[in-house]
Order: sequence, then C-alpha cells, then structure tokens
Amino acid sequence: MSSRANISCLQEAKRVAIFGGTHGNEMSGIMLVNMWIENAAEIERNRLVTKPFISNPRAVEKCTRYINTDLNRAFTSENLSAPDVEGLPYEVRRAKEINQMFGPKGSSDAYDVIFDLHNTTSNMGSTLILESSTDLFNLQMVHYIKKAMAPHTCSVLLNEHPQLKYSTTRSVAKHPIGLEVGPQPQGVLRSNVFESMRTILKHALDFIELFNSGVEFPPCTVEVFRVQERMDYPRDTNGNITAMVHPHLQDCDWEPLNQGDPMFLTFDGRTILYEGASTVYPTFINEAAYYEKQQAFMTTCREILAANAIRKAFK
Amino acid sequence: MSRVAVCGGTHGNELSGIYLVRERLKRREDGIEPVSVVTLMSNPRAVQLCVRYVETDLNRCFTRAALSAPVSEHSPYEMIRSQELNALLGPKGSAQAVDLLCDLHNTTANTGLCLITHSDRDWICLHICKHLQREMASTPVRYVHFDIPLDEAYSLDSVGKHGFAMEVGPQPHGVVRSVIFSAMQEGVQLMLDWICQFNSGTLFEGGSVDVFTMVKNIDYPRDPRTHMITAAVHPDLQDRDFCLLHPGDPMFLSFSGETLRYKGKEALYPFFINEAAYYEKGVALSLARKRRVEIPSVRSDTRR
Repeated sequence: MSSRANISCLQEAKRVAIFGGTHGNEMSGIMLVNMWIENAAEIERNRLVTKPFISNPRAVEKCTRYINTDLNRAFTSENLSAPDVEGLPYEVRRAKEINQMFGPKGSSDAYDVIFDLHNTTSNMGSTLILESSTDLFNLQMVHYIKKAMAPHTCSVLLNEHPQLKYSTTRSVAKHPIGLEVGPQPQGVLRSNVFESMRTILKHALDFIELFNSGVEFPPCTVEVFRVQERMDYPRDTNGNITAMVHPHLQDCDWEPLNQGDPMFLTFDGRTILYEGASTVYPTFINEAAYYEKQQAFMTTCREILAANAIRKAFK
Repeated sequence: MSRVAVCGGTHGNELSGIYLVRERLKRREDGIEPVSVVTLMSNPRAVQLCVRYVETDLNRCFTRAALSAPVSEHSPYEMIRSQELNALLGPKGSAQAVDLLCDLHNTTANTGLCLITHSDRDWICLHICKHLQREMASTPVRYVHFDIPLDEAYSLDSVGKHGFAMEVGPQPHGVVRSVIFSAMQEGVQLMLDWICQFNSGTLFEGGSVDVFTMVKNIDYPRDPRTHMITAAVHPDLQDRDFCLLHPGDPMFLSFSGETLRYKGKEALYPFFINEAAYYEKGVALSLARKRRVEIPSVRSDTRR
C-alpha cells in the first residue's frame, strides 16, 4: 500500500548522454559509442534525447588510459574553474569542455543522466556505480536494471566515502551512473563483456523512457556495496610491490573476505593474511590501472538502501 | 652450455617477466658453476612507463638489417637498445653469443606456457620443451614455431645460439597474476635445471614433440571506410587457443549480431586469440599447423 505522500515527484530526464573512452583503453564503451555515433537507432527512445560521446578522444587514439592525467579524476571544482592558460594538462582542458557541453556541474542546465562506460581487469562482472545513497532516480533505475538483467548478476557499488570519492566525468550530470564491466584486459574487446554492457544500457534507457511517460515505480530496496577502504600492495622502500594478490583472493570480487583469509602472496612464496576485524566484500581486485594509485583492491560492506516510489512531476 | 640469459621487460607492461627479473636480480641468482646466468631488463624505459614500447616494438628490432643499421641519438630508443642488447648478449650469429636466451613474455590470450622460436629443429629448445611438459603438472606447455630464416628473425631470442620466448597467458597487460607468475617462475627454474643436468653429462632420451608452426594471421573484420573493427572474437572461439578450428566454425560475432565463420579449407590450430597488442598489427588470431617432430637423444660432450 503506498500513501500518496510517499511518492517522490521528480523532474523528467530528457537529456541523456552515454560516454565511452573516458579511459582510452577500455574498449567496450569505445566500440559501443562509436557504433552509436554511426547509427543511433538502438539508443533512440521517444521521450528523451540520447547523445553518445567519446570523452577522451586523444587517449582513445593512442589506446592508452590518459594522456597527461586521469580524466576520471579531473572534474574537481578547482580544475573546472581553472583559467584557460597554456600548459594546462590535456585532460583538464577536456574536463572544462565537457563541463561546458554537458554541465555546468551542479546547475539546472546540466544533463539529466550521464552513463560512463568502463571496463576493468578485475572479475567484477557487471557493476553499476553510484555516488549518492539518496538519489532516488538512480536507485530506482539500478533496481529496474538488476531485475531486467536477472539471472545475470549486476552488483551495485556505492562510493560516497569522503576521502575515497573522486570527481568523475559523469559527475557533471544530475544523475551520474558508472557502468563497470569486467574482467577484460586493457586494449582488448571481449564479445561477452561488450554484449553485457550493451544490454545494461538498453534496460537503462527503457527505464528512463517509462519514467518519462509517467509510469510510477513503487518503493524498492537495493543491495549495495559501500566503499570502505583502499588496500595497497605490500611494497619495499623503493615503492616496488613485493607481493601479488593471493590466488585464493584473485577473481573473488564481491565474495566475503574474513579475518585470517589469504590476501597476498609474496614473490618468495609467503602468504599474507587479511587481519581486519570484520568481514568485508573486496572489489576492484587486481585492477591494472590501480597499481599506480596504490590500490590492490577496495573493501566494501553490504548495505540495503530503501527508495521511495517515484514518478515524473506533472508540469 | 655455459652462458644463459634470462630477459624480462622486452615489453614494458608484461609484468610476470619484469617481476621475475627483479626478484632474480635482488637475490643475485647468477647460476651455478659452470653455468653463468645473466638476468636483465631488456626495455627499462618502457618498464618504467608500464607500456609495451616507447617508440617502436623492441621485439621487432633484431633482424640482421635492424642490428646493422646506423643509429644516432635521433634513432628510436628501441633501435638503439636492440643494438646494445646485441652487443651484450650476441652478436647474433657469432661464436660470442650466449648459448641460450630465454625472453619472458605475457599475453592476454589463453595460451598457457609456450616456447616460441624460429626453428623447428633446435634440439636443445625441443628437449627443454619436453622437460617442461613432463614436469609442469598444471600448466599446458607447447612449442610454437615461426618459420623464419635467422637473418629475418626479428625477436630478441634470435640473438642467442639457442633461444626462445617463454610466453605465459592469460594475463592482462599491466597486471601480475600470481598463478601466471608462478608458472613462469617454475618454467625458468626447470629450464635452468635441465641445462645443469645437460652440462653434467646426463643423457636425454629422444622422443617426439608436437610443434605448432604458424601458417597465417587473421585480422578482424573492419569497416572499409573507417577501418574500425566491426566484430569481436566469437564467444565460442574466445579463450580456445590450440583447440582445432574447423572450416565453418564460428570466428567472429559482428556488432550487428551476425556470426562470421572460418572460411579456410584446412582445419588449423588458433593461438594468440585476442592479444591486446596485436590490434594495431591487424591480427585477431594466428593459425598454426601441428606436426609431430622426432628429436634425437642428446648428451653434452663433457670430455675435457
């Protein structure tokens, strides 16, 4: 039974963007967006406008994560308000351009939804990444996507951590969503990963179409994994890693890691155990791009978020 | 066989070999008399940047022509480096070259452990392969042959009197996976053990080894106008390196949902299926013929 007072009326989501190539070597998003730029039929819906967009074209051209600096960390208010001077890193200039085209971040002119397509070398399967636990539109959308994808699992990662949260490309929009699908090596296109990402987007756009046509979505709950901590590799005094992710932890994203479980294996064969007091759910285990960011994996805790019923606000 | 070289980081983002070289250097593993083992990082600049190469692929710079080309400080870094490595470990084709050069590589393809050479009658390499196959319980070991004359052999391993690339996959570039590292470490140790045994006069019985000889490469289907790829390796082929591919078997799944099939007349063995570094070289997979090669018994001549 839903009382009228518990329905949140939200603005229509008319302007939607799909970003590929925020990292120039994460191939699923790049190929999908290029395909849709050529022929947008698959992503067209009646009640919204969808713009496919390559966010970091120079990195895509070189098939590298970034040219000067990680675009997906570049959308800080400091960068976005930096004056146009010579010597500005490419990705900072690009962040400002993207903020102009799809933002400005935080304003009422910003795009309603941005999907940012990523791949990971970690065995995360299909993962949806949220930046807020109170964005009802996003919570209802991921709930819809998870149901539609079943029995294929979609995990939901929530990064609201004050220190570990970062200024993503998609954060320019009112409702940012990250799509992270793996495992896939950088520079490689795997058919099953490509098709999973394509299907997630189809369901996401279907949701927005239904929402914009006035459908009411009842209250729901969403299981999320909330980011807790970043765990680095053991390193020597020169900063070189001295151990690898243990074979028992490798590929076990989203599975419980308990105190005393193997975590790292040193190059000379010694096992290092997880010493944390409580059970955590590791993710981004052995992601290539995170070696330089001092991260072997991230710990999360499971949480159930509740979302009110939503429907489109009448004019 | 008195001088052996173990090289890692020929491609700066193939991490198992890079970490193995670092470990060996840390532990000063110089070999056991009378074998001396030189361990070195082939492309340190690429390793530092964690990229395959800085200006040009180092593992294509070891042809006779490349090694004798004049170089200046304006030459690509890898062209200069290949000549340095040739001076250190070669010269290629001369009596001063190291007896065996083992060059460590990783691939994103599901190849298991492969010894890759340009010769199918190097009895040393073939015996080492047999030894690894016998001793490595959980990793498939195969012998892959590119039929190229020595002068045109372009890879680092061709600098040694005997040599091979030890290629272990699947591992993403920029990542070290412990089972892959362990397999490579075991492979190198078994190789060195074999050399010690050989040097001490052990007789190694002859027998046979399956050799996979490269026949051709297959590129991705591409858009004729933009040259962009229009299909991915088919899910039925992905990860099935060294599983026989028959005419009519699925090869690619186009973005529009069409299955594209292998059109060759001869069943062949695919390998290097979906290797990241080969997209720019126009290679989706390679195809090989398999044949059984008989190898003679070998024993080193230990008379003084």
